[in-house]
Amino acid sequence: MQRRTRWLASGALAVATALALSACGSGFSGSSSTSTSGALTSSKKPLTVLIGSSGPAETKAVTSAVGDWSKSSGTDAKVLAANNLDQQLAQGFAAKKPADVFYLSTGALAGYASNGDLLSYGSMLSNKSDFYPSLVKSFTYNGQLYCAPKDFSTLQLVINTDMWKAAGLTSSDYPKTWDQLEAVAKKLTTSSHVGLSMNGQYERMGAFMVQAGGNLMNADSTKATANSAANVSALTYLKKLLNEGVMKTAKDLGQGDGGQALGTGQAAMTVEGNWVQGELSNDYPNVKYTVVQLPAGKAGMGTLQFSNCWGIAADSPNQKAALKLVEQLTTKQDQLAFSKAFGVMPSIKSAASEWKSENPASAAFLEGASYAQGVPTAKGSADVVTNLDSQLESLATSDPKTLLDQTQKNLQALLK
Amino acid sequence: MLILLGLFLVIPVLMALWVSFSDWGGNGSPFSGNVHFVGTQNYQSILSGGGLAEQNFGTSLRNNAWYVVLVVPIQTAVSLFLAVMVNRAVLRGRGFFRTAFYFPSVTSSVAITVLWLFLFSTTGAINKVLSWVGIHGPNWFNDPDGILHLFLGLFGVQSGPASLTSSGFLGVTWWDWLAGPSVAMSAFILMAVFTTSGTFILLFIAALQNLGGDIQEAAMIDGANGWQRFWRITLPQLRPTLFTVLTLGLIGCWQVFDQIYTGTQGAPGNTTLTPAYLSYTSAFTNQAWGQGAAIAFILFVIIVAFTILQRWILRERTVSKRRMRAYLPKTEVPLEGGSR
Repeated sequence: MQRRTRWLASGALAVATALALSACGSGFSGSSSTSTSGALTSSKKPLTVLIGSSGPAETKAVTSAVGDWSKSSGTDAKVLAANNLDQQLAQGFAAKKPADVFYLSTGALAGYASNGDLLSYGSMLSNKSDFYPSLVKSFTYNGQLYCAPKDFSTLQLVINTDMWKAAGLTSSDYPKTWDQLEAVAKKLTTSSHVGLSMNGQYERMGAFMVQAGGNLMNADSTKATANSAANVSALTYLKKLLNEGVMKTAKDLGQGDGGQALGTGQAAMTVEGNWVQGELSNDYPNVKYTVVQLPAGKAGMGTLQFSNCWGIAADSPNQKAALKLVEQLTTKQDQLAFSKAFGVMPSIKSAASEWKSENPASAAFLEGASYAQGVPTAKGSADVVTNLDSQLESLATSDPKTLLDQTQKNLQALLK
Repeated sequence: MLILLGLFLVIPVLMALWVSFSDWGGNGSPFSGNVHFVGTQNYQSILSGGGLAEQNFGTSLRNNAWYVVLVVPIQTAVSLFLAVMVNRAVLRGRGFFRTAFYFPSVTSSVAITVLWLFLFSTTGAINKVLSWVGIHGPNWFNDPDGILHLFLGLFGVQSGPASLTSSGFLGVTWWDWLAGPSVAMSAFILMAVFTTSGTFILLFIAALQNLGGDIQEAAMIDGANGWQRFWRITLPQLRPTLFTVLTLGLIGCWQVFDQIYTGTQGAPGNTTLTPAYLSYTSAFTNQAWGQGAAIAFILFVIIVAFTILQRWILRERTVSKRRMRAYLPKTEVPLEGGSR
């Protein structure tokens, strides 16, 4: 009997504390319904900028840009490089004390936006019309542009110049069609290296889907198109290259990505984004390479693009200043500085010509902006892509149609 | 004490339980007004939805079940064997061996995982050693093939019979349930045995040193050899320790997380995905907080069920006549003889 009362007492205590906690919770969340209305919060509080940095160069560049803005605007701002951006963002949102401004990936946007974590500020941006339309689409959820594209990257064909010459090829042989790509890959394959290598995942192979006129979802990510004939033909083509032995996935070469496969001399060509330049010059300074545009498929030129945007938290106490900061960080001047520091491409059209003249060797990446497509952004699509990637690793032995049918089913389930 | 336990144990668990039945999206307190009770929806989507969530959960259970099936018996046997060896008075340098065996256990599992990634890389030390004996080593952490499937492949079996591939459980076909751990998971299995055995050696040594010598001596006089003494005298007395080791092993194995988080993050082909890691990614990466919490609670139920089952198997019971026969002395004198 005594034992029972003790249990009752502890139970009552637990319930009481839970109630107290919940009361705290609702007290905090009382002021959260400002996310969609036009009025921005404003206060004297300093801003926190949370970034998922690729390394010290990026952290330093962002810190100095934010520092400059701080000085001119008089609002304190602090840059934090996250160890694990997803996790730290989520903790901030749950605690109602999120970072004010942060990096946000295309895949994460829909999830946070539907939870009401984000301020939808796209329509208030003064430089709204300067962003590339395909990037704007990637950060549009429910018809609203949620955040300003930070920068972007596209995929193109990276070629080892020495191997290219050794195979007797010249600049007139750069592949313009799938057949030509196959032909040069054959010529470049020797006993010591393969002609072409890329990661066995949608984030590389998807470029060929776009060239064939397909992609996993339509541009607004409102309709699944994974098992279209175009996508099947793209994967069938890549499967053929794999089975002919002129292409190998980076993992089959024992490398983490195409850049390493190229850098270590195990592949003569690879499909990678502009980040590969930093990787090659840091880790493999002796490898000479050329970047050319990917060949055209049945539907013309095509590639994939990747981007992050500057998210602003719905719970930020100082949204007005945050918006000003984002406008500054997306100006031509700041974006070109970022580009110089860590190799990304500016997300605004007005910076294009200057960027090209500064980076003539990587002009091909920026050319991609006009025909590139984004990756799916529907809530949960990142998971579906991961699942597809896991199967693309063994594309050489699997049936493209079956694999895409499964992905189609998974994507459709997200749209219900 | 009660307040501490309540604040840091009971309430978080209750909160998580509530989250698993709610549509909380990670914004603000789970108890705030705009979070709704959604019944068992989260549980349904991972147990019967027919979608990716169910398939991923099924895959993670499959992976972890193989992990448990292999790691728990192997690590228990290895640690018991080594403990008995180290415990023998004749062994020279016992202190050295004890320290050496215990070392992997005190090293951080993250550090060991990184070491393992190096050792088992395609061009790593393990494959180098294998090449000396003419074996072309696998692409360890990138190889998603199940080892049972690979074994069957040696006999030309590439795909399973229709009876196994056409139906399944939790979105994974029976054929895939029977795939065995992938090559990548096998490397993790070796690692778990390597790191956790040390701790259990310690438990076994402590138990062995508590055993009185008299029963052993009595058995020797009865004519039992070393092998018989181990199986019939030592091991039965170790039952409580065995229970502890198996339980700790089971719980640890079902909760494997940090190796996956630092090592492979579920790759290749989701074959190192475990429920604990899936729970984390569902919540933090996919913003499906309810599903993440639901996975955690299903995992809890699985662990409790296994522990109870094991307790039942290892319970004290009266020795049957058949088993008793083994303990009878070898002399011809019958047990109850002479008194009449």
